[in-house]
Amino acid sequence: MNGVKFSFAGQLLVALGSGALWWPEQKTLCVSDLHLGKSERFVRRGGPALPPYDSHDTLNRLAEDIEQTKAGTVVCLGDSFDDLDAARSLAEAERSRISTLQAGRRWIWIEGNHDPGPIELGGTYLAEWRCSALVFRHIAQLGAKSEISGHFHPKATLRAAGRLMTRPAFLVDDSRIILPAYGTYTGGLRSSDETLKGLMAEDAVAILTGKRPRSIPMPR
Amino acid sequence: MAGFLPTLAELADGGHQGLHTLYVSPLKALAADIKRNLRTPADEIGLPIRIEDRTGDTSQTQKKRQRADPPHILLTTPESLALLTSYEDAARTFAGLERVIVDEIHALAESKRGDQLMLALARLQRLRPNLRRVGLSATVEDPDAIASFLARHPDHCDIVLADPGPDPDISMLQTEEMPPWAGGGAAYAIPAVLEQIKRHKTTLIFHNTRAQAEIFFHNLWLANDEGLPIGIHHGSLDRQQRARVEAAMVRGELRAIVCTGSLDLGIDWGDVDLVIQIGAPKNVKRLVQRIGRANHRYNAPSKALLVPANRFEVVECVAALEAVKAHDLDGEPRGRGPRDVLCQHILIAAASGPFDADSLFAEMTSAGPFAGLSRPEFDACLEFCATGGYALRAYDRWQRLQQRSDGMWQLRDPRAAQRIRMNIGTIQDTDTLKVRLRRNRGGKPLGEIEESFAASLTPGDTFLIGGQIVRYEGLREMVVEVTRRADKKPKIATFMGTKFATSTQLSDRIMTMLEQSDWPQLPGHTAEWLALQRDVSRLPGRGRLLIESFPHEGREHLCVYGFAGRNAQQTLGLLLTKRMEELDLAPLGFVATDYATLIWGLDAVTDPRPLFRIEDLRHGLETWLAGNALMKRTFRASATIAGLIERNMPGQRKSGRQATFSSDILYDTLLKYDPDHLLMQITREEAMRGLVDFGRIEVMIARVQGRIDLIRLERVSPFAAPLFLEVGKVPVKGAAEERLLAEESDRLLRAAGLAQMEST
Repeated sequence: MNGVKFSFAGQLLVALGSGALWWPEQKTLCVSDLHLGKSERFVRRGGPALPPYDSHDTLNRLAEDIEQTKAGTVVCLGDSFDDLDAARSLAEAERSRISTLQAGRRWIWIEGNHDPGPIELGGTYLAEWRCSALVFRHIAQLGAKSEISGHFHPKATLRAAGRLMTRPAFLVDDSRIILPAYGTYTGGLRSSDETLKGLMAEDAVAILTGKRPRSIPMPR
Repeated sequence: MAGFLPTLAELADGGHQGLHTLYVSPLKALAADIKRNLRTPADEIGLPIRIEDRTGDTSQTQKKRQRADPPHILLTTPESLALLTSYEDAARTFAGLERVIVDEIHALAESKRGDQLMLALARLQRLRPNLRRVGLSATVEDPDAIASFLARHPDHCDIVLADPGPDPDISMLQTEEMPPWAGGGAAYAIPAVLEQIKRHKTTLIFHNTRAQAEIFFHNLWLANDEGLPIGIHHGSLDRQQRARVEAAMVRGELRAIVCTGSLDLGIDWGDVDLVIQIGAPKNVKRLVQRIGRANHRYNAPSKALLVPANRFEVVECVAALEAVKAHDLDGEPRGRGPRDVLCQHILIAAASGPFDADSLFAEMTSAGPFAGLSRPEFDACLEFCATGGYALRAYDRWQRLQQRSDGMWQLRDPRAAQRIRMNIGTIQDTDTLKVRLRRNRGGKPLGEIEESFAASLTPGDTFLIGGQIVRYEGLREMVVEVTRRADKKPKIATFMGTKFATSTQLSDRIMTMLEQSDWPQLPGHTAEWLALQRDVSRLPGRGRLLIESFPHEGREHLCVYGFAGRNAQQTLGLLLTKRMEELDLAPLGFVATDYATLIWGLDAVTDPRPLFRIEDLRHGLETWLAGNALMKRTFRASATIAGLIERNMPGQRKSGRQATFSSDILYDTLLKYDPDHLLMQITREEAMRGLVDFGRIEVMIARVQGRIDLIRLERVSPFAAPLFLEVGKVPVKGAAEERLLAEESDRLLRAAGLAQMEST
């Protein structure tokens, strides 16, 4: 399991190369913006029929992270489904996959702007979740402390030896962490975007995901 | 003009209602030009004819009116025509259509734009069964191939050959200085070129790439002591800038224009009396087309000069001159029409109304490029348009096209028609950013640069655009802001646009020339260079493959003279280094040109045969290629044309890139879960003939049939030496990117006074 360890609000956390956040003390795995059912929603709204393998692929990767960490709690930080219809019409194979993953562990669905309401799948539905010193919600709030959120799909670009390498990235400063999107079909918002620059402190760090995740000063 | 005579005759009595003749050309500017040239004689004779053009620049109101009340003669482009056929009222718009004129048909026949046009003509022919088609061109190497491309399959097509006029007056520019060993700038020829400009009224100076045109223009301007009026024109410059240069040219105010393919085709810009081609022409047909820009009058010979940019290009220029004299034009047979274009036209048909699959198949196979399409192939394309065509049938509820109970196919959601129309076309635009001068209220637009180039700039960097050096200040709302502060040596902007590979026919001529015993037709310095190569090594020939192996600066080198063209030699470099890695020969990198690939590494190759087994290369291609960036770029183009990726969405003004995801992810997903999907098949087919060009590697290996000569030398050979100066060296890397990333992230953190976070 490749990850970057860091201390946040007095807690030891690990940013995994997959884009998930691991909290060893609480045996909690946190992922954001799964956007399950995105290809289905796309075509339902009259768009092109994208390869319908995104939900399957996202859940494959999530299963791997759960397996590796032996997580006791899984927190999905919102926008787990591309919309509520996508949640309702999720294929049987994906539903039973989720049930299997949920067996024997606590599962928390945080509401997102794409999925603002309960869905007919197991687990607990919450607007936000507090555990120990940390608060988990979908969208970062100005002035919040010890906050872990998603929503923005941050990505960051590193330039080295004439190449540009852009990866989904965790953004971390003293008061908040913004997680990258975990879903297979999810684009990214550059860390240099005004909104993200406004949210993150001057000394914020970006942790680039990938085989060997690395931290860099957040590109502004 | 001659193409319009029957039209003018038939319209003379003023009795024709509606559209009579459709004129299609590859360039918007050509349509506007023809309109001007047609208007004058029509008015002079007093013909009651309405002539209008319709391109991407035509206003919405005008376009709407043209559909309801079309002019007698409509001048348009393949994309605008495809759009016209997508409306429900197409039958009314084209009622009365008698003739279609396709201008510069050789240029269209080389690209997907032509395939699209032929599908649109098939549609028009169904609406108007007696429609007559005419194709015009001055440079066709194989008239029968163009005829079967244009005519309704399997109809006969008459070919009329016009008197070609006098042979052009064409030669190589004599310079005092010798061309350098490598490079493409031709800076050595600047004084001689300036001298020619002074001696002629108007000179067109053609370049193969936009970057070269920029550099040459910059150097020309520095040497232009007399301040001759010279302009620059290429496709990445702002439209207003280009229009200004065009207008100045028509008024005869410019003595020279540095340009690229943007001025290739038949627009009559003022009084051009000399054409200069900088760099090897790569392709005889394009050279002839460019020469034809000078003295655009019947009967007068065109005058042209070739300027080789380096020593090897001298050989190529002479070979091209001989080909022009022998009227030996080149051209690769295009093969059948690509299925991504077919998919787009199935969607266009659906946008215009419900259709029957049998008659659509009959209509589409009447288009020359698609005459060989089988019914199962057509059905697979229809299935792709309807459901996505995935092995996992996920979208039965949300099919894009549905079959009604009467068997007709139609759009499930009629609003989809608008989305289809917004994405018509086969021209791929790379991601570019606009460049503007920084001012209070939005400065003057200068042109566009590629996004990847923009991303490599830091404030303070300078680059060339439109012949001026500008300083990068920053990026605001996806516009590159610059100032005119030229305080640093400029970087070279990379522009989109293909790098042409030397054609097969021209490569053959070069190899044949190398087989001569002496070279009276070449300048002394170049003939001596060839003789020296023959003395210390050998000259490459057609029936054998020459490979040299030699040590240089502590590294082992391998030089493969395949003469397969730049793209194929590049692919060969990738495949050979892959094979060498498997054989533990520790390759470090390679560089490719049109005629050779130079590979360097730690160990010498002593037996080349295991490297050149075609089965191994093909296997390497299949396994290695799947994850290659070229493949992903090819996929992106085909997926966009076939309608899987939408460039434009309703109500989307700004580029909403945050909301979208990259086509690379779609490619990776298909590769993982559905590798035989139609689009993956199309991508592989396209890659073989495009950027990867494996076809020419196969031809090369078949040509030499195992006759491989490996020559061991003590030092670099005369032919290999220039390759060391080539740009575009490709390092061989496996885990290298992760290592680069690790090193650079450490450096950045240290610079910021931070420590790298601990890895688990």
